[in-house]
Amino acid sequence: MLSDSLLKKFDQLIARYPLKRSAMVPLLLYAQDEVGHVSEEVIAEVARRVEVRPIEVVEVIGYYSMLHRHPVGKYNVQVCTNISCMLRGADEVFEHCCKKLGIKNKQTTPDGLFSLEEVECLGACCGAPAMQINYDFYENLTPEKFDALIEELKKKEPRSKM
Amino acid sequence: MPGYHSPMGNSPLEVKVISKRFGLPNSSSLDVFVQHDGYQALKKALAVKPEDVINEVKNSGLRGRGGAGFNTGMKWSFVPKQSAKPKYVVCNADESEPGTCKDRPLMEYDPHQLIEGIVIAGYAIQSHQGFIYVRGEYRYLLDIVDKALAEAYAAGFLGKNIQGSGFDFDLCTHTGAGAYECGEETALLNSLEGLRGYPRIKPPFPAVVGLYGGPTVVNNVETLSNVPHILLNGADWYSKLGSPKNGGTRLFCLSGHIARPGVYELPMGFPLRRIIEEVGGGVLGGKKLKAVIPGGSSCPVLTADEIDVNMDYDSVAKAGSMLGSGGVVVLDEDTCMVKLAGRIMRFYAHESCGWCIPCREGTSWLKHLFDRFHGGAALANDPDTALDVSMNILGKTLCPLGDAAAMPTISILKKFRHEFEEHIKLGYCPYEKTVVMSEK
Amino acid sequence: MKEQTHKSPFVILDMPPKQENLHVPGPYTRSPSLSPRANPAAEPVTLTINGKEVKVPPGTLVIEAAKQAGIEIPSYCYYPGLTLQGACRMCLVAIEKMPKLQTACTTVVASGMVVHTETEEVKNARKAMLEFLLTNHPLDCPVCDKGGECELQDAVFRYGAAETRFMESKLHHEEKQFSNLVYYDWPRCILCYRCVRVCDEGLDVNAYGIGFRGAHSEIIPNQGEKLECEECGMCIDICPVGALTSGTYRYKTRPWELTYTGTICNHCGDGCKTTLAIRNNVIIRANNRDHSGSNGEFLCVKGRFGWDFVNHDQRLTAPLIRKNGRQETSTWEEALPMVVERLTAVIKEHGPSSVAVIGSNRTTNEENYLLGRFARTVLGTNNLDHHRTADFSSLVGALTAADADGRYATIEDIAVASSILVVGNDPTHQHPFIAYQIRQAVRSHDAHLYLLNSQEIKLQRQAKQVVTVAAGGEAESIRALAGKSSTVSDDLGTLQENLRKESGTIIIFGDEIRGSDVTTLVQWGLTLPGQTRFVALGDYANSRGAADMGLLPDVLPGYGSLADSTACAQIESAWGAKIPAVSGRNIRSILQGVESGEIKALLVFGSNPVKTFSLPKEHLGKLAFLMVAELFPTETSEAADVVLPATSFAEKSGTVTNTCGQVQVLKKTMRKAGTRSDLEILLALARLMGHPWSYRTADDVLREIIAHVPGYAIALPNLLVGRAVQTQPAGTPPALASTDLVFSSKDSLFTSGTVSRYSWALNSVDEAKKPHGHIF
Repeated sequence: MLSDSLLKKFDQLIARYPLKRSAMVPLLLYAQDEVGHVSEEVIAEVARRVEVRPIEVVEVIGYYSMLHRHPVGKYNVQVCTNISCMLRGADEVFEHCCKKLGIKNKQTTPDGLFSLEEVECLGACCGAPAMQINYDFYENLTPEKFDALIEELKKKEPRSKM
Repeated sequence: MPGYHSPMGNSPLEVKVISKRFGLPNSSSLDVFVQHDGYQALKKALAVKPEDVINEVKNSGLRGRGGAGFNTGMKWSFVPKQSAKPKYVVCNADESEPGTCKDRPLMEYDPHQLIEGIVIAGYAIQSHQGFIYVRGEYRYLLDIVDKALAEAYAAGFLGKNIQGSGFDFDLCTHTGAGAYECGEETALLNSLEGLRGYPRIKPPFPAVVGLYGGPTVVNNVETLSNVPHILLNGADWYSKLGSPKNGGTRLFCLSGHIARPGVYELPMGFPLRRIIEEVGGGVLGGKKLKAVIPGGSSCPVLTADEIDVNMDYDSVAKAGSMLGSGGVVVLDEDTCMVKLAGRIMRFYAHESCGWCIPCREGTSWLKHLFDRFHGGAALANDPDTALDVSMNILGKTLCPLGDAAAMPTISILKKFRHEFEEHIKLGYCPYEKTVVMSEK
Repeated sequence: MKEQTHKSPFVILDMPPKQENLHVPGPYTRSPSLSPRANPAAEPVTLTINGKEVKVPPGTLVIEAAKQAGIEIPSYCYYPGLTLQGACRMCLVAIEKMPKLQTACTTVVASGMVVHTETEEVKNARKAMLEFLLTNHPLDCPVCDKGGECELQDAVFRYGAAETRFMESKLHHEEKQFSNLVYYDWPRCILCYRCVRVCDEGLDVNAYGIGFRGAHSEIIPNQGEKLECEECGMCIDICPVGALTSGTYRYKTRPWELTYTGTICNHCGDGCKTTLAIRNNVIIRANNRDHSGSNGEFLCVKGRFGWDFVNHDQRLTAPLIRKNGRQETSTWEEALPMVVERLTAVIKEHGPSSVAVIGSNRTTNEENYLLGRFARTVLGTNNLDHHRTADFSSLVGALTAADADGRYATIEDIAVASSILVVGNDPTHQHPFIAYQIRQAVRSHDAHLYLLNSQEIKLQRQAKQVVTVAAGGEAESIRALAGKSSTVSDDLGTLQENLRKESGTIIIFGDEIRGSDVTTLVQWGLTLPGQTRFVALGDYANSRGAADMGLLPDVLPGYGSLADSTACAQIESAWGAKIPAVSGRNIRSILQGVESGEIKALLVFGSNPVKTFSLPKEHLGKLAFLMVAELFPTETSEAADVVLPATSFAEKSGTVTNTCGQVQVLKKTMRKAGTRSDLEILLALARLMGHPWSYRTADDVLREIIAHVPGYAIALPNLLVGRAVQTQPAGTPPALASTDLVFSSKDSLFTSGTVSRYSWALNSVDEAKKPHGHIF
């Protein structure tokens, strides 16, 4: 079930636009933030609220790279390997991330904690190599920095989940 | 720690106009903004006729900072005065061009400057609603801009009867969700209408038929951030900051193999060589320069011999490239240009919306060709094929994304043909010195 | 490539363009935008294409202007009448003074424009686009259904890209079965979005979307992996390549091995043209291959897939004769004399009034005409009727009485009407092509649609005003509109007001309006501004023809009254025989006569009264003789003494008249061994009963109809070249005896009386299980 605060946000967002359908992408993105992915329930709810057929929501989800219909890890590690980052060693960083997390591109660790994704330019070119974990930017990355960060995030989690 | 610290350069050569408030404590707040000339330009604009605002911007020589470089005032003047449907101002904050990260600090450090520019644009074309389309990855900026919008509403710079002028204007943010193509203005409008971000057929142009079918101005963040300064200091002052027909200053994002990467505000027409050598402190690690991408990944590369060019739209075009989005990517002598071409093409293949055939199939073809080529399975006629395929994309697609993919590729294939030949001869990449088939 | 110069069903309009429609906010298909519309009324624009001067109306697209000059510009995403896409880039042409090549499908002509379509640059661009299309396209042409009629194959043949430079591995996605009738093969798809648009814009079903993006873009169905739609198969027909294939046709044959015959669909009363493709005496597929007729490429699920009953194993292929209480297989040589013998005996013993005949609303005009002649002059009875699904007779009578017998709207008129009122019926289900025409009128020139209905129907989406009435309240509403009832609701008042502002409204009505209500509707309708025209909606392929040909007890062919001696004399002179003066029984009365024992012998041709009229089967046991001519065993035929295996629409020649009164030619395509057409049966029976009629073929009968049936004096050449020829019936038939004589079967998109029970295709789709009247 979607939370009351999210549904309230839905109402606010829809009210912004002359056409309800305009709110579709923001609604999906905020719902994904809460649910973890765009579930069938979210599709149905968003379609109902912005007054479109569910297939139109599915079309939109397929188009945008940040929207996904299947669960990803709690921490979605998105490493930029586009040119500015590549020139600053992003490929090596990404390879390191794979090793550190034990997963490959677009995979999730068995504990559901981390997902890894190679992404296109994040707009952090002057701080290359860069990545985002969920919406947080991390710039001037090195393997060491990455390891420290991952350890820190792991520490935040209750033992049972490890 | 999660850093919301957009990289700012700091060079004595900078001429700070739109970045002048960057670095002030709490610079994104209304108070600081107002203390430093904030919303003065808006008041000035509201006191004159809308067409006077358009003329002022037209005369300033301000050209679109998104990459196409079209005269902004001219673009506004295409909006019909009378329209049955509502008119809109849309701020393109879908910054996604590889090598570009200038809109980020503009929104992070000075959101009110942008808001002021948008309201002025709204007044100029007599629109009463605007949207700021922020790329989905910039979530934290959405919060900053939303906060600034709330402040502006509370202080009467947005909403009904702005500053007692009788002019109404509403403005809100909108988030994208990961699509480079949505930076193309008509794709952006479709996206904003809750559709897949496919580009529209032009004509009609958005100035006539845009958002929800109404006349619409779509401007980049940097473009709109310049507007208050033009109104405040005059078209003449602004145009003289830059070179002829290229008014003002420009944010350059220095990245890649550069000693001091960062975003620098420099006058239009500033020499590229000085940007690299003096502003950016030269090639990283004192290596030799191989090439420069002067304005984001869509631009043809310039070789080390070609960097004596002034960075304004016309001069860079004359040198065979484009000023683009201001993303200056520096490549040192050890850069494999084949790998670079492949990486650029991988980006465009990933971001092609798939609507039209040459872009959809061409980028995918070239991506696989370059991957194979760089991975050691190069064929003798691959460079010719790649060049021909690029030429077949160029100028034949519905939107500029096809050209954006083809142009850098063609330049690399032409200017660095010898690197391709070397791969063929060796059977592996001379820089990586090993055969690695890509899994990507 | 399929011939593209056909008449498109989508937009062929003589309407002035509206300003907003000149702009195309597309290409995205979900946007309600329209293509630019040429304005033939305006001063033409002169441009030059390949050195040829061309004059076309302003607003014309370059690709259409070229077509008019006989110059072909290839295209995939461009499809006349559908929204513009600019996606396939096949139509790139050089236009002088323009810096780069332009798409001919999105560029509107301008005066003085100079276009080149065959320069080296253009040819190279075309070749390049084909090379791009072939990169991920599997070259499985030898096993592809579309091979031989594939627009991609044809374009490569014509424009090159004969060798491949593509050395990478082709992208692949597995084939998907969207439904039992629609399969999607991703690698073959060239993403022209025709299917998406025809489903949105043509059918208003919106079942397709586009998934993912870039080179992995794909067509997606509306229910996850499956389609839920009207299953019309338009997407398959319109697909330029073999991406969407038909569940009934795939991997069956090569298109050039088939024999094609253009004929008329036999299901609803709209009379769509279709092409039956035959191999080894078996129908393999149906589509309107030459896009002729007003339906162009349109066919509904029944038209495109519902012909398979013809091939069904349970078709009757030999006469059955009841021996010792059981129906046993017999021969024509035994069966026909037996029918004659038994009939003669009954007539001799009980008189001709003890015999009755029930006809069909699917058989041809010629068969219906002969059946009437057979009943009235050979058997000597007027006990003749059929299941009437619309009150055509009252419409003709009312229009004649109002001296407005030209006010019949054709099916083409509907698509160009500016105002349409639909009373009752659910055209989407019962008259798919008329519903399509109505949607085109609204979509292409903003026609105003008004609905008066007691149920929620899909056309409401297009309606300007919907007046919902209580069940069965349509007739009362018409009386109210005509001022014959005091119960005028606000809605009806508004409807009246709206319609008074329109001009030339087409009024389309279902079986809810019958008898005197038809007269009321016509009288009121004729008071509306402009030339109001009318369409009565009847169920099957020849409901209209059955009425026109006088398969009614008291009405002669051409709507003369039996009581009218002049009308009788005219027909009698054609027949060279007297029509009995004693009045006949209508179908209800016939069935009562069966129950009461007054009717001793009953002949049923292509009808199933046990089911249609809920006739208790045991009543048939009271008959001395029952003969049924049918395709399949039915509840009625099971009780018959003789069952004759008749032919289907595909197996005979003749004409049928659609619900608008337009006559079209039915052509024989194949014949199931052992069957005979009703025409052949009637000729044989008449001969055996001492009436050796001189007709040899259906054509002979048709000539007689043209000569003697009022309203049917049509020009034979018009008919023979494949046109739908409008009839102008006029007459003063007697008033409808009882309203319960007229009722529709209310078939859905997936049912069509008896024959649909024997259609695998119609029964195989999940949508057929939806509640009646489901809106897709």
